[in-house]
Amino acid sequence: MEEKSRAAMKPVFIQESNMITPLGYNLDQNFEAVYNKQSGIQPYIIHPNLGTHNIARIDDKSLPTLYQSLPIENNISRIEKLAITALAPLFPEGKKASPHSLLILSTTKGNIQAIANQNITGSYIPSLATNIANLFGFQKDPIVLSNACVSGLMALSLAKRYLQMDLVKEVYVLAVDEISIFVQSGFHSLQALSPDPCRPYDKNRKGLNLGEAAVACRVSTEKKNDSIRIAGDANINDANHISGPSRMGEGLYLSIQNAMKEALIQVKNIDYIVGHGTATIYNDEMESIAFHRIGLSDTPLAGYKAYYGHTLGASGLLETALLAACMRKNYLLPTLNFEHIGTSQRLNVITNGETHPIRTALKTASGFAGTNTALILTKE
Amino acid sequence: MTMLKEQLKQQIIEALNLVDVTTFDIQDDDPLFGDSLGLDSIDALELIVLLDKNYGIKLTDPQKGKEIFTSINTLADFVEKNKTK
Amino acid sequence: MPFISNYIQIRNNKVYKNGLLLFENSAVDFGTFAKNLYQQIGIVYPKFYKMDNLCQLAFLAAEIFLQENEEKNVGMIFCNYEGSLDTDLKYQQLIQDPNNFYPSPAVFVYTLPNICIGEISIRHDFKSESLFLLAKKYQTQYILPYTEYLISSKKSEKVLCGWLQMLGTNYAASLYLVESTGKIQHCESNIETIISTDNTNDYA
Repeated sequence: MEEKSRAAMKPVFIQESNMITPLGYNLDQNFEAVYNKQSGIQPYIIHPNLGTHNIARIDDKSLPTLYQSLPIENNISRIEKLAITALAPLFPEGKKASPHSLLILSTTKGNIQAIANQNITGSYIPSLATNIANLFGFQKDPIVLSNACVSGLMALSLAKRYLQMDLVKEVYVLAVDEISIFVQSGFHSLQALSPDPCRPYDKNRKGLNLGEAAVACRVSTEKKNDSIRIAGDANINDANHISGPSRMGEGLYLSIQNAMKEALIQVKNIDYIVGHGTATIYNDEMESIAFHRIGLSDTPLAGYKAYYGHTLGASGLLETALLAACMRKNYLLPTLNFEHIGTSQRLNVITNGETHPIRTALKTASGFAGTNTALILTKE
Repeated sequence: MTMLKEQLKQQIIEALNLVDVTTFDIQDDDPLFGDSLGLDSIDALELIVLLDKNYGIKLTDPQKGKEIFTSINTLADFVEKNKTK
Repeated sequence: MPFISNYIQIRNNKVYKNGLLLFENSAVDFGTFAKNLYQQIGIVYPKFYKMDNLCQLAFLAAEIFLQENEEKNVGMIFCNYEGSLDTDLKYQQLIQDPNNFYPSPAVFVYTLPNICIGEISIRHDFKSESLFLLAKKYQTQYILPYTEYLISSKKSEKVLCGWLQMLGTNYAASLYLVESTGKIQHCESNIETIISTDNTNDYA
């Protein structure tokens, strides 16, 4: 019992990370791109019946060169290639996973494109995870998380919990989703897509843009200079509607509250928030209410989805990896495409990047089925 | 128009999975999005698909949808004027 | 140490609670079986008819457990192999042919496996921790310690766990409720027995 409680107190840290996105093939490239206010969102026609939409696609042209130096078979799916490419730099020089390492894969739809070609077997997500785990020498079975758009952030919460339970010594979190007609047509039918590049929290926001990314992070209990601590985490449902968020932001409010309590911090300690900010009317409004209820209306807030679009199961991890980089550099990345606040509660949405000490940050995500996740990140 | 209204009621019942509801239960001027049928925002979007699939009407402004879906009467009026199938 | 207080198994159109046959409706498809079970349970919840097969299965299994439950902080950990594939395939049919392209929002919203957690949360007002995992076999090695973690850390008062298979005509639900009191030890062998589709005892 004593050992368990000691392990539960063990701090858990986000270590190195890597990402494959429309803006670059590693963290440094991506940070530089968003620092320079670049966006991966461009008009594109994915299907003749869907018309032109603003989406953020990874340019396939440059990828084969990248694949050449990696153990990537030609006949595997695109999403598996992206996932391996994201994870590989975390295993330099042929290093393999240790017996006590765990792989957690986060994705909402995996290789869903396969079913359009009657390849049902090829769409099974556990197989995707197992293939990747085997490639990198993981001995433990991987965990696959499919919890809508909070998955990428919830995977970090899960990693922290398993480390604190002392069941594993190290966790590799891998989050990936790709653009597909399946998902694009679905959001189109929900009238959730913006005809223009999205505008998180803005009064002229019209909806989201879809994006794709593959992101990998290593999480462990060692403290190094660059380590960012996951000090608190919570994942609470709204219990309201399966595709619309709670009007009072109840689940998000409770998630933030619980995460803050665990991290032993108060509102005044939080230097920076990176919200979910999909730029739909309902999501951003709900966030403003939840943040207001907690007392965070004046805390500098940014949403990153105008850089990358909504990358679904990858978004939570992608945005957290960037946030961790912000914390290391003490730099607040702004909210691209934001001009005027368009929520009923006041928010301090930052529009210009600025150097500012970040000791504690809040990252949130929300998703279908009323899911919400909140993480408190600290430097110590 | 009576046949169209009857047809619309039947189509709505099928498309929205309204079990235990018959066309007799839906009055022509009852508010569709009132309490009786328990329709929500997804049902409204589903009705937009119904208009496209069955009548070739493409509705791109969901706000306009609110007026059109007020009742069977308003819906039938709109379909009669705009159908392409 | 928490215990398993109750367990439900639904397979082959039969419903077992703690190993005893509660309801059966053989020789009908799942949709009909589910509607009949819903009517047998006797609740009035019209949203049930909008749910996809996976959600109906999860909802009904949970409903049997939770009829006498008053606790609001009930966590949920569900697992299956195919995710929401049953509904994914139905949705794909609507977009497969460019000349007959009618994506349905009502079908699309069910193309995520964790929606069934959402439906149960809404029904019972559970604002709680939950998780949907995908794996070829139920991951007792991960789910057991996580369940105990949720309870010992007081993040959840009770946890509803289980396997929810649904693909075409192949379905099975094996759910168990973990809480501070109960007759069945919360251990790997008992969980494996509940989840296994080999040995459902028919006491009726």
